[in-house]
Amino acid sequence: MTSLPPAIALIGISKAFGPVKANKDVSLTIAAGSIHGIVGENGAGKSTLMSILYGFYEADSGEIRVRGEPRRIRSSSDAIAAGIGMVHQHFMLVEPLSVVENIVLGAEGGALLKGGIAKARVELARLSQEYGLAIDPDAIVGELSVGLQQRVEILKALYRGAEVLILDEPTAVLTPAEADQLFELLRALKAQGKTVILITHKLREIMAVTDRVSVMRRGEMVAHVETNRTSPAELAEAMVGRRVLLRVEKSPRQRGAPVLEAAGLTVIDERGCETLRDASLTLHEGEIVGIAGVAGNGQSELLDVLAGLTQPARGVIRLGGKILNAADRNPANLRRLGLMHIPEDRLRTGLVTAFAAAENAILGYHDDPAFGRGPFLSPTLIEQHARAGMQDYDVRPVDPGLKTAKFSGGNQQKIVLAREIERAPKVLLVGQPTRGVDIGAIEFIHRRLIALRDAGVAILLVSVELEEVMALSDRILALCGGQITGEREATTTDERDLGLLMAGVSERAA
Amino acid sequence: MSAAPIDLPRWADTALVPLVSVAAALVVAGLVVLSIGESPLEATALLLKGSLGSLEGLGFTLYYTTNFIFTGLAVAVAFHAGLFNIGGEGQATIAGIFAAIACLWLAPLPGILLVPLAILAAAAGGALWAFIPGYLQATRGSHVVITTIMFNFIAATLIVYLLVEVMGKTGSMQPETPDFPKQAVLTPIHELLGAFGLKLPSTPLNTSFLLALASLVAVWALIYRSRLGYAIRTVGANPRAAAYAGISPARIIMVAMAISGALAGGLAVNEAMGVQHRLVLDFTAGYGFVGIAVALMGRGHPVGVSLAALLFGVLYQGGAELSFDKPTITRDMVVVIGGIVILFAGALDGLFRRLVATLLSSVARKPA
Ligand SMILES: Nc1ncnc2c1ncn2[C@@H]1O[C@H](COP(=O)(O)OP(=O)(O)OP(=O)(O)O)[C@@H](O)[C@H]1O
Ligand SMILES: [Mg+2]
Repeated sequence: MTSLPPAIALIGISKAFGPVKANKDVSLTIAAGSIHGIVGENGAGKSTLMSILYGFYEADSGEIRVRGEPRRIRSSSDAIAAGIGMVHQHFMLVEPLSVVENIVLGAEGGALLKGGIAKARVELARLSQEYGLAIDPDAIVGELSVGLQQRVEILKALYRGAEVLILDEPTAVLTPAEADQLFELLRALKAQGKTVILITHKLREIMAVTDRVSVMRRGEMVAHVETNRTSPAELAEAMVGRRVLLRVEKSPRQRGAPVLEAAGLTVIDERGCETLRDASLTLHEGEIVGIAGVAGNGQSELLDVLAGLTQPARGVIRLGGKILNAADRNPANLRRLGLMHIPEDRLRTGLVTAFAAAENAILGYHDDPAFGRGPFLSPTLIEQHARAGMQDYDVRPVDPGLKTAKFSGGNQQKIVLAREIERAPKVLLVGQPTRGVDIGAIEFIHRRLIALRDAGVAILLVSVELEEVMALSDRILALCGGQITGEREATTTDERDLGLLMAGVSERAA
Repeated sequence: MSAAPIDLPRWADTALVPLVSVAAALVVAGLVVLSIGESPLEATALLLKGSLGSLEGLGFTLYYTTNFIFTGLAVAVAFHAGLFNIGGEGQATIAGIFAAIACLWLAPLPGILLVPLAILAAAAGGALWAFIPGYLQATRGSHVVITTIMFNFIAATLIVYLLVEVMGKTGSMQPETPDFPKQAVLTPIHELLGAFGLKLPSTPLNTSFLLALASLVAVWALIYRSRLGYAIRTVGANPRAAAYAGISPARIIMVAMAISGALAGGLAVNEAMGVQHRLVLDFTAGYGFVGIAVALMGRGHPVGVSLAALLFGVLYQGGAELSFDKPTITRDMVVVIGGIVILFAGALDGLFRRLVATLLSSVARKPA
C-alpha cells in the first residue's frame, strides 16, 4: 500500500470561454481508491474541470496525470482508454433499447451484435454480483426509474473498464432513498479499489461518503480538506466566502382569503393509471403549503394539473373564487390570472437551451405588451428586463446575450426562478426550488419565497427534500399513491409523523 | 464515442462553414470537369462570365435567384418551427392555379387592384396547400414530410386536369391557360428602369424580385423580431417548453406551415405573372426542391438564404451559358455540379462544421 501514485493529478489547469475564465490554474490530486468530493458555487467551474478530465473540452494550459503518467485526453475515447468514466447528469442512454444493449453501445466489438451482447451479459452478471447491483439485463431502459437508469450509466462506465468514476450532481434527480442506495454502491466501488469523484451541492452527502473534499470558488481551488476534519458550516463559508445561514428564519404567517381551491382532482395518464386520485386542497393568501411525499406519488401530476399542463379527468379548480372550466385551464390564461409555475424539470420544460438567456427571461410572457409594440418584440426591452433579473439573482455571468446552454447548471435554474418569482404572482407553484443550486443561492431562494408569502402570495411547494418542505411550509400535505393521506400544521409535526403519512398510513385508516 | 460538442462563433457558423463547403464542392466539381478533359478554371470563368459578366446574364441570374429566395424562405420558416416542408413544388402549383383564376376571372379590374389580388390569391393557394398537411400533423400526427410529398403528387395531377379539361386555352394543343390580361403582368425590370432612362437588355427579371427582397425582410422581422416568430422558434426548439409557456404547438405548426406555403406561392407569382403571363404545366421545374438546399445552406436565416439563392441563381444561369459555350459540358453535367453543391452544402454540412471548429481552435491556441 506504500505511496501508490495518485489516481488523477490535475496540474495548473486553465480554461477560458471567451472572457469567462472557468478554470484558473486549478490543481487537484485524487488519491487512488478514495471518494473525493468537489463543492463550489454555481458557475465555480466544477463541471468544466470534469469535462476537461473526460475529454469534452481541452484545457488551454495545464497537465493531466493518470496514475502518475502524463496523458493527453482530447476526447471521451481517450478518457475511457485511460480508465476514466463519467456519469452525466442528463443520462446518455437510448431509452427504447434494453439494459444490455445500452451497455455494449459503442463497444460492440465487431459488426455482428450477437457475440458482443453475449459477452456483455456475462460481464454484466459479474459486475452486478461484485457490487450488489441488481438489474435485469433485458429491461427496457426507458421503463426504468431514474435511479436504475443511473445504475445503467455506472455499469456502462465499469464495463468499459473505468477505474476512476466521475459523478456530476448524481443525486439532484434522485429520491433520498435512491441517493442512499447510490452511496452504498460508491462505498462498494471504493472497497474494490476504484476511485470516485463526486460533485454535489448537498454538504450532507459530502460529509456522509467522501474521504477528502476540494472547494472551488470562481474558477479557482480554494481549499482541500479531509472530510472528517471539517464541517458543513466551514465548507459553506469556504465556498461562498461568507457565513451562510443554513436554517430558514420566518415569522408567523398572516393567513388571508383562500385563492386556489381544488376539489376531487383525479388525473388519469395515457396508460390509464390514476396518478392522482380525488385530491382536494386549498391555498390561502400568505401561506406556503408543502407537499411531502416520496417522488413519483403524484406530486408532478398535481403541479401539472394545477398549472394547466394536463387536464383532470374529474374535479373542480377554483382560482380567486371562480371555477375554471377546461378552456380557462391553459398555462397562458392561468399566467394572466396570476398563477405562475416553476417547473420541476426546469432544464427541459422551463427553458429553451438554444435561446439566449434574454429570450428565456420572457418564456411564457412573450405576449406581454411590456416587451414590445404590437406584434413585435423589442430586443432592447427584453435585454434590460433579463439583465435586471440576472443581477438580482446573481446569475453569472450577467450576459443576457449568452446562449442558455452555456451557463452552468445552477445558473440556468436561477434564470427560471428569476423569471417566475419576479412576475408578482398571486399563486406560485414551485417544483424543486433549490434543485441544482448552491447553498448561497438556496439561502437566497428561501428568503425570496418567505418574502413572497409575507407579501400575501399563496405558494404550493413540492420538493424531494423533506427538510426543505418542513423548513419552508406553514402547512404540509402528504401524498401517497396519488392520494392525499394527511394534513399537518408544520409546527405540530416531525419527520417520523410525516414519514408515516407518506407511507400511506393515514389517520383515517388508523 | 461522443466527441466535444461543436461550438462555433456565429460568424463562422453563418459564413465560414458555407464558404468552406462551397469551396470543397467546387473542387470536386472541378475534378469532374477535368475528368472529361476540360479545364476547370476555364469552366469556372465561363460560368461566372455567363452569370455575372453582363447585364443580360445578371438579369437572368437574378430572375432565378427570385425563385430560390421564395422557395428557400418557405423551407426556412417551416424549419424554425421544427418542420420539414418539402412540398414547395405542390404549394407553388396550387398558388399558380389560384393566381390564374384571379387573373382570368377578375380581368376587368385595373392593374392596381388586379395585381395585388392575384398575388394574394397565389399566397392563399400556397398557404392552403401547406396548411392541410400542417393540420393533419397537428391533429392527427401524420408527418408533414410524408403528407407534403403526397400533396406534391396531388397538385401535379390536379394542374394537368385543370389545364386540359377546365381552364385550358380553347384550340391550343398545349396544356396552358389563355394569356392573362395585360394589366395583370408584372413589369419587367428593364422596362421599369427604362422609364428612368436606363437602357437594359430584355430579361425575365421582373418586379417580383422586389417582392422577394421584401419577403426576406419580412421573414427576418417575423422570425427574429415578432411575438409569433418567438413562438415559432420555441416550438421548433423545445415543444415541451412551448406547452409550458402557453404556446400551442398544434396552432403554431398550422400557422408556420401556412406561412411557409404562402412564401412558396411567390414562385408562381414570378413564373406565371412575371414571365409566362399564363399558367403552363410544370412551371415549378424543381425550384421547390432546390429551396430545401437553399434553406439548409442559409441556415434558415434570411441573409444566408439570400446568399444561397444567389449562388444557385449563378449556377443555373452560368451553367446554361457554360453548356452553350462548351458542348462537351452538357446540361446534365451542369445538373451534376449543382448536385455536388447541394450534397456538400446541405448534407455534408456537419463534416465541415467539425473541420472548421478544429481549425479555429488550433488557430486560437497558437498565439498563447
Ligand atoms: N460552453 C461554454 N461557453 C461559454 N461559457 C461556458 C461554457 N461552459 C461553461 N461556461 C461558463 O463557465 C463557468 C463555469 O461553468 P461550470 O459549468 O463549470 O460551473 P459549475 O461549477 O459546474 O456550476 P453548477 O454548480 O451551476 O453546475 C460558468 O460561468 C459558465 O457560464
Ligand atoms: Mg455543473
